[in-house]
Amino acid sequence: MNAATGITSAPLAGRHKADENSPVRIAVKDLNFYYGSFHGLKNVNLDFHDRQVTALIGPSGCGKSTLLRTFNRIYSLYPDQRAEGQILLDGQNVLDANVDLNELRSRIGMVFQKPTPFPMSIYDNVAFGLRLYEKLPKADLDVRVEESLRKAALWDEVKDKLKQSGMGLSGGQQQRLCIARTVAQRPEVILFDEPTSALDPISTGRIEELIEQLRSEFTIVIVTHNMQQAARISQFTAFMYLGELVEFGPTTRIFMNPEKRQTQDYITGRFG
Amino acid sequence: MDAINTLAPPAPPLRKSRVRSGRRVADRLLVGACTLATLIGIVVLGSILAMLIIEGVKGFSPLLFTEPTPGPGSEGGGIANAILGSLVMTVLGILVATPVGVMAGTFLAEYGRHSKLADLIRFLNDILLSAPSILIGLFVYTLMVRPMGSYSGWAGAVALAIIATPVIVRTTEDMLRLVPATLREAGAALGAPPSKVITAITWRGASAGIVTGIILALARIAGETAPLLFTALNNNSWFSPNLMGGVPNLPVMIYQFALSPYANWQQLAWAGALLITITILALSIVARFVIKPQRAR
Amino acid sequence: MPDHIVSSYDTDLEDLRRSISEMGGIAEKMMTDASNALVRRDTPLAQAVIAADRRLDILQREIEERSILLIARRQPMAIDLRETVSAIRVSNDLERIGDLAKNVAKRVVAIAEQIQPQKIVIGVQHMSDLVQEQLKDVLDAYASRDTKAALDVWERDDAIDALYNSLFRELLTYMMEDPRNISFCTHLLFCAKNIERIGDHTTNIAETIHYLVTGANSLAESERPKNDASNYATVDLPGTGLGAGA
Repeated sequence: MNAATGITSAPLAGRHKADENSPVRIAVKDLNFYYGSFHGLKNVNLDFHDRQVTALIGPSGCGKSTLLRTFNRIYSLYPDQRAEGQILLDGQNVLDANVDLNELRSRIGMVFQKPTPFPMSIYDNVAFGLRLYEKLPKADLDVRVEESLRKAALWDEVKDKLKQSGMGLSGGQQQRLCIARTVAQRPEVILFDEPTSALDPISTGRIEELIEQLRSEFTIVIVTHNMQQAARISQFTAFMYLGELVEFGPTTRIFMNPEKRQTQDYITGRFG
Repeated sequence: MDAINTLAPPAPPLRKSRVRSGRRVADRLLVGACTLATLIGIVVLGSILAMLIIEGVKGFSPLLFTEPTPGPGSEGGGIANAILGSLVMTVLGILVATPVGVMAGTFLAEYGRHSKLADLIRFLNDILLSAPSILIGLFVYTLMVRPMGSYSGWAGAVALAIIATPVIVRTTEDMLRLVPATLREAGAALGAPPSKVITAITWRGASAGIVTGIILALARIAGETAPLLFTALNNNSWFSPNLMGGVPNLPVMIYQFALSPYANWQQLAWAGALLITITILALSIVARFVIKPQRAR
Repeated sequence: MPDHIVSSYDTDLEDLRRSISEMGGIAEKMMTDASNALVRRDTPLAQAVIAADRRLDILQREIEERSILLIARRQPMAIDLRETVSAIRVSNDLERIGDLAKNVAKRVVAIAEQIQPQKIVIGVQHMSDLVQEQLKDVLDAYASRDTKAALDVWERDDAIDALYNSLFRELLTYMMEDPRNISFCTHLLFCAKNIERIGDHTTNIAETIHYLVTGANSLAESERPKNDASNYATVDLPGTGLGAGA
């Protein structure tokens, strides 16, 4: 039961406490985002702390996924979408025109709502990102693939079928495969866009447990519609509404005693 | 449960049940009409096939595959030269159409998805897809046969390629569009450039569909008569390896022999028609099997 | 505050609130009756108080069960979570208040046959009046989510503690004056202690109200000066020079 829900006996305050002194990894400054003429994000200012899980919550269409998609500029795949302002990753503005997108995306990994295994073997899925920019000898590649699958808590389940297609795994396993693929590139930041909304409770528990473990190495930002999930796994929570950041703070405070009326109405299920 | 039922209100008034029976009649009528229409279709198709098999089987013999077409009025002979000619031109046509069609389809689905140019190309491709094939025969006739001064297998292959290309473009684009956008995003999110995402991810994801499209295009051009009439024409002898002059092929052979007064020729035409039908049927079945493993999951 | 999207959620919370106010009413009446029974030596009234405690226990168990179900079903957040947790806490305090009132009533039955001067009881009655007022105020504050009123109750508990100390000394003096008073005064002392404990529970409720409204546990954490010095009080026995610890 404990393993499935990710609840351990560690004292609440110790493990979940937000470390506000941790250095800022991503600083969002005056960020505006447009879908054509639609103003999707309005003057967002927000800091994401190193090795902390920050949850973005809010009703559908509030801009939380949009915010997530600006960090690795994945929005630029589509015309008519543009961002203005600054997103400083270790002091460097991600939105600068001369930023190498592929290099940026190898530093900021992303896991999607629906599991997205590529139509290739489990091994090739994990090695995909590694083969792009690192020319590793086969033996080193094997080591990195195993290390990544272990970090994603998938190794024991797939070690005997690395050559089989990644599409043959269960939904939860596919999602962990995607996490392994992302972790393999050794990014600094991992973005999760509703990673468990398509999964059953047991797979959800595994992913949450995994995120908890990944926090020791990566800065994590997660978009979720499940408020209990945000409360369980994050140290910081940002509530967004209609493209604006309404409230940001330590998760325990946001969920026990939010300052803003809108936040309280949303998390208690009173939204009209 | 019983206790509740005894407390239930009395049976609904008669009017209500009359409405219900009216609906039932309408329902039955529609089901009946649909079943009848299906039966008509099946009967027509079935009788065509039955006639084809009955007449075609009569002329079936191993000689069909070894002997060339006989001279007018003479006995015996086969259709080996026409089979070989058709095979060569069809394969050549598909070899030309596949790279062009797949690349063009990829452009439409991946690179030019939001551009005006792509919209124009897609529109033109759709027109080409439904253009009468005799028009394409005429086009290649003026483009190749007239300047070269001779009918040729090359011209036939080009005409078939022109017919196959829009089919492949269309299926490739459709299949690539079926690949979820998140898969492309996932590739891009790992830092893969678009070319890598297309070749390593989306093509792979759509491979079964694209192959199916190619096989269906193959089946389509295997039975085309009109474009070959103006380009490859036909010939009763073994075709020359340089493909110049008339090149024997099944569709035109069937056309000419079937209209001839000679019983032997007519018999060979039936056999050829059955052969083409079997080939197309086989290709369609193969296409189904290619697409199946993906659908199973 | 706007209603929940799920209206049965509001009904659940409303039911909790109603049960708490029913418990409050019963506890208040038990407290008043126990005090009156003590002053008037009214054994039947005391028996009624003892009987009433059952209903309070049942209500408390119900509230606890309903709160647990509500947490399991609705996963309350923020104000709703505090409301639910507060319901559990307050119902516990009220159940304890009922127990203490019942204890007083039991002692009323026990000392019914002993004839004693009325003046000894007056100090206890005075303290009981103060605690009854405390209880009433804190229940009102809970119903109206009034932190100021709750804070007021919380601070007033000092006066009760002080009164208890003086009562303690007074009763000790009676006992020394006439050893025949010892049995009666000991019972009375326990009654006074029980009533003083009821006062403590009203401050607990006041702290819960503060937490419920502000979300901060600061009131509970800050040290309220405890003036219950009776723990250390001694009375010099004349002649021996030795102190008798209480």
